Amino acid sequence: MALQSLDIARRSATTTAAPGVRQTTAVAKLIDVSTCIGCKACQAACMEWNDIRDEVGVNHGVYDNPMDLTAKSWTVMRYAEVEEKGKLEWLIRKDGCMHCADPGCLKACPAPGAIIQYANGIVDFHQENCIGCGYCITGCPFNIPRISQEDNKAYKCSLCSDRVAVGQAPACAKVCPTGAIQFGSKEQMKDYAAKRVVDLKSRGYGKAGLYDPAGVGGTHVMYVLHHADRPELYKGLPADPSISPLVSLWKGFAKPLASVAMAAVALGSLFHYVMKGPNEVSKELEDELEKEDAK
Amino acid sequence: MIRNPKDLARYDAHERANHWLVGICFILLALSGLAFFHPAFYPLTQLFGGGVWARILHPYIGVIMAVSFIVMFFRFRALNVMTPADKEWLSRVGEMMNGDDHNMPEQGKYNGGQKAMFWAMALCMLLLFVSGLFLWRAYFNLPVDLVRLGAVVHAAIAAIMIAMIFVHVYAALWVRGTVRAMVYGTVTRAWAKQHHRAWYRQVTGKS
Repeated sequence: MALQSLDIARRSATTTAAPGVRQTTAVAKLIDVSTCIGCKACQAACMEWNDIRDEVGVNHGVYDNPMDLTAKSWTVMRYAEVEEKGKLEWLIRKDGCMHCADPGCLKACPAPGAIIQYANGIVDFHQENCIGCGYCITGCPFNIPRISQEDNKAYKCSLCSDRVAVGQAPACAKVCPTGAIQFGSKEQMKDYAAKRVVDLKSRGYGKAGLYDPAGVGGTHVMYVLHHADRPELYKGLPADPSISPLVSLWKGFAKPLASVAMAAVALGSLFHYVMKGPNEVSKELEDELEKEDAK
Repeated sequence: MIRNPKDLARYDAHERANHWLVGICFILLALSGLAFFHPAFYPLTQLFGGGVWARILHPYIGVIMAVSFIVMFFRFRALNVMTPADKEWLSRVGEMMNGDDHNMPEQGKYNGGQKAMFWAMALCMLLLFVSGLFLWRAYFNLPVDLVRLGAVVHAAIAAIMIAMIFVHVYAALWVRGTVRAMVYGTVTRAWAKQHHRAWYRQVTGKS
């Protein structure tokens, strides 16, 4: 969705500055896992607003439905049953794109303009520029993008960039009946989260905290977790996500280094020819064989 | 084509066709692969009908190259076994590069440099093929850590390979009278005697 065009912070596979004359406030979605009741209204609102219907699946005997993110299901609730201090805890996490400040997908993407990061922090896929290589999946520390089997384009949560561009909250935040999904400026959301953490701590969750992982520069989708010391409890939320060093190597310094090395070999060859001259067959040998032939 | 009936046959038609099949595939793969590696090369995708077509075609061309390289590998493997004379040649490659090849040790059909290139390319081809499969999402869906490793290996080996092919092509151009061996199959006797004397003696029976 290319509604905004003057406030682009970063553009995939582009080495010059993107149009960024308009500065917008950094936004964030805050998902308070402790007040989520797992009703899936956010999933329904996501498909409603984006007007995408996934295949009707089958029940796997658990609440998770669909079982995983797909090219047509950009957010899913993940239900974890965890025993804490002899009590069952039902930890329900709304999974989807985290909108990293340092997005691994954008770093890995080879197609110019297929992935855009706006000044407000939203990381958006522009499918018309996507070539379907799947490098975004390789780059993502959260396993979010999915390639469509129908059109071979990558899809994920857009944080309703079209709604946000016109001052609306994302559809999931708008619909959430318990207020577990909040939306506003990143600063406001951090303040709100701080209050929720105080409340949770007073209720016996001593390790409650905000999930805004520094390894990816912070995220524009944040969680309030009752067990912020153990994010893995929440269906494998990574404790310390960062762009894999392999991806950084591949799309980081290897890119210019290898390009320069290849150019150096090509130029080196040319200059070798110019400076040393061709390696010709010696006249002496040619004459010698001619003489033999004449005999 | 016979330019001079006394020219020596170096490659038969099948060997030449095989070599050029690998060569054409390599050029197409390098052009499309570079496009995915660095944005500066992205416009190369236009040669293939755009980014999506480049992404679709690249792995299939890779499979064709792998298969035709395997055939070429078995054609030439026996001729590329390293000998002590090759090692001696390699240790003195600086003289050769400097344009003074008169004192270089006598070489068979291939010199030490060509043999080293042969084995290095075989290793690179293997690594490229395997790591390329890791990245081929149309058919494979492997754990992301393997895909990441595959991406780094594929890019690094491809860059090394492109540099080696530059050297390979340059060597053929620099040593005059070489390219025709791969184009119409023959070389002059003087060329053979100067650059591959042991091979010259073997095919002509002369000293």
